Amino acid sequence: MRRAPSHSYPGLNLGEDHASAHKFTEVVTFGFWVFLMSDLVYFGLMFAIYITMIDAQAGGPGPHELFDLKSIFAQTLILLTSSLTVGLAMLALKYNLPRGRIVLWFGVTLILGLSFLVLEIRDFMAMAEKGGIPQRSGFLSAFYGLVPLHGLHVAAGCLWLVVLGIQLRVMGLTDLIMSRVVRLALFWHFLDLIWIGIITIVYFGGLSYG
Amino acid sequence: MDRRTELHRRERRRYVIGYGGSLLLTLAVFSIAYIYGIQRPGVFFSIGLLGLVQLVVQLVYFLHIDRRRSSREDLDLILFSTLVLLIIIGGTVWILGNLAMRMHMHAM
Repeated sequence: MRRAPSHSYPGLNLGEDHASAHKFTEVVTFGFWVFLMSDLVYFGLMFAIYITMIDAQAGGPGPHELFDLKSIFAQTLILLTSSLTVGLAMLALKYNLPRGRIVLWFGVTLILGLSFLVLEIRDFMAMAEKGGIPQRSGFLSAFYGLVPLHGLHVAAGCLWLVVLGIQLRVMGLTDLIMSRVVRLALFWHFLDLIWIGIITIVYFGGLSYG
Repeated sequence: MDRRTELHRRERRRYVIGYGGSLLLTLAVFSIAYIYGIQRPGVFFSIGLLGLVQLVVQLVYFLHIDRRRSSREDLDLILFSTLVLLIIIGGTVWILGNLAMRMHMHAM
């Protein structure tokens, strides 16, 4: 299936230092891309529903009353930075830096991921206080179908970080663990891509057309 | 060893460039919204455009998708999924928008 043996993934790969892990990783990484893309289609459906529901506010609170752009801005910066730190963890692994370095970047990513979730949950609570609950209107149902779905993905990513961190400690840098780190990095970058869609369509789109 | 350090530096720079670029685009989006107000015509269009640019920046610098032969299969997969997405989203918005119009509901 693949031609070039050692550099098929120019960046998200394990490179020539980990030839056997790399070969294994190539196949499963492609499989993981397939998973990510089907996940993307699922998100796409939720986006489509949201777009058609922007007007369906049924007299309930709309985007202007509910959205707090300052908090969204903070969440955006946090998630973007965590995308960088997970990439740096990947590089630490690829270039055989001390294992502590990988754990350090994992830790920073985890803290950023958790802070993102805290801010997001605070937003939801503030929205609920203003009457913005899922059953209030079609618009809010669509909102709560989409944004917390992304939050759930971030929470799953955080759990994955913890589990992988423990596995890294216990099992060491085996081929399997290394290829899992590659997939986690991929997953995390993917979450940031979805978030760009959310700020553009859900928040700014909602404020422009809602 | 030296070549490896050089490679490492180059790859790290790639991530930092991607981060810097995304950061600038994010700042641009939020300042446009802040300065011009979100409901001015054209503002959402520019925000959407900048979001699209940021998607591409992150795909290239973080996810390392490019047109090199070696990552073609990934690119093919992404392009196909994008096609599916466009059909799903475009189709939904078109049909339901049309329905809303014919039912004399609020204009979409």
